[in-house]
Amino acid sequence: MKVFIPGPLLSYTKQHEVEASGTTLADLLIDLDRQYPGLRFRVIDEQHNLRLHMRFFVNGAQVFDVNTPLRSTDTVHLVQALSGG
Amino acid sequence: MPTPKKKKSVPKKTAASTRSKSAARQITTQNVVIFVATRKGAWFFRSDAKRKTWTADGPHFLGQIVNHLVLDPRDGKTLLAATSTGHLGPTLHRSTNLGRTWKEATRPPAFDKAPEGVAGRSVNHTFWLTPCHANEPKAWYAGTSPQGLFRSDDGGDTWTPFSMINDDAQYRAWMGSVQDGTPDGPKLHSVIVDPRDPLHLYFAMSGGGVHESLDGGHTFAPLIEGMEVVGGFDATNVAFHDPHCVRMCPSNPDRLYQQNHCGIYRIDRPSNTWVRIGNNMPRRVGDIGFPMVVHPRDDNTAWAFPMDGTTVWPRTSPAGKPAVYVTRNGGKRWQALSVGLPAEQAWWTVKRQAMSADTLKSVGLYFGTTSGELWMSANEGDQWKCIARHLPEIYSVEAAVL
Repeated sequence: MKVFIPGPLLSYTKQHEVEASGTTLADLLIDLDRQYPGLRFRVIDEQHNLRLHMRFFVNGAQVFDVNTPLRSTDTVHLVQALSGG
Repeated sequence: MPTPKKKKSVPKKTAASTRSKSAARQITTQNVVIFVATRKGAWFFRSDAKRKTWTADGPHFLGQIVNHLVLDPRDGKTLLAATSTGHLGPTLHRSTNLGRTWKEATRPPAFDKAPEGVAGRSVNHTFWLTPCHANEPKAWYAGTSPQGLFRSDDGGDTWTPFSMINDDAQYRAWMGSVQDGTPDGPKLHSVIVDPRDPLHLYFAMSGGGVHESLDGGHTFAPLIEGMEVVGGFDATNVAFHDPHCVRMCPSNPDRLYQQNHCGIYRIDRPSNTWVRIGNNMPRRVGDIGFPMVVHPRDDNTAWAFPMDGTTVWPRTSPAGKPAVYVTRNGGKRWQALSVGLPAEQAWWTVKRQAMSADTLKSVGLYFGTTSGELWMSANEGDQWKCIARHLPEIYSVEAAVL
């Protein structure tokens, strides 16, 4: 499926749009980390929780559960909500 | 037959003259580098042994929070930088060529996954980096926020939780929650390795006291006797102790100095009791601050940078008049060193990792301010010079002679 990557993670993927697979968001992050080592830990912590400012949108709808099921036709946006100065 | 000419007597070279020539040669080739970590990136400042002119190199990691940037003294070329962005998860960068190129750690410090149903902790940022003993090349310790102790044995590429303290119920109680620490998270810092014995370790926590291990970190025990706590609280409760910075004297590893939330202390092991030497500071200045710096060769000399710890704790220079204070007799007396520093209206301070010394004959002192200025003295604090302004808030300053 198509995965859109936010600017702060381009140091890993080098491109905004990548292909990755997984039957859940958690699986998708594992596949992204296999392709782009180190990316997953920047997005999800060691207790498997989404980091504070990271957001996921599946087909335009925000999801909060990393166990959310995915289909190969879905489009996923990773978004980093910037805050502070 | 001509008489043989009397051999002209040539005075034998004395050890002292040999030393001084070799020292002179050394001085011409020695360079000093200041590694400056800030809230928005890192910079290097380079000079020769005279330390008169400085060249800036940076920014490295522009926009990233760099809490600590440390050179490995065992090889003189490996650098570790504790980095994070405030939005992404924390990481750590390594260079094996003095900062020309950087590589991200494969596995940065992270706590173990908690069992299902148990609330686990996650590292917010790595705060402190300490190279291990000289006999343990490529090994490092890291202290994190929230308080955790980690170790790498491969030059900082992969990290694992170290010792019992991260998950020990008693230590967790002493650490408290994230609400019990400093505004940007409670810290484990001042990880110290005894140069005589790699199994002998210290660390400190804000909050949570000073701790010592004699068995390479398998077990730790508090070392808080003599340390004061905020009025009205029980000083025997380890959780109430807030050491800001602890330093071991390189010339006498049995002597440690400590800047604490409640004063400046010294301990001489094997004694287990800290002595509040800050009581000898001028009363109008007080003995509250963040950093502590020790002399590389004289265990009676140490420097502090007091801040205003009264009323609402402004944490600025007292009365807006910054000064370094030095003791040259183990804390019996303190003297202000402020020549060259602003005489008034300077409302910055210096954080716990943001002051350090080099090892040259006339010791160089360096500090970075919360307002992004880098100051140095080439004569042990007698005169100060600002060598950089307008940097982001400075979190750490480490000096190295290469």
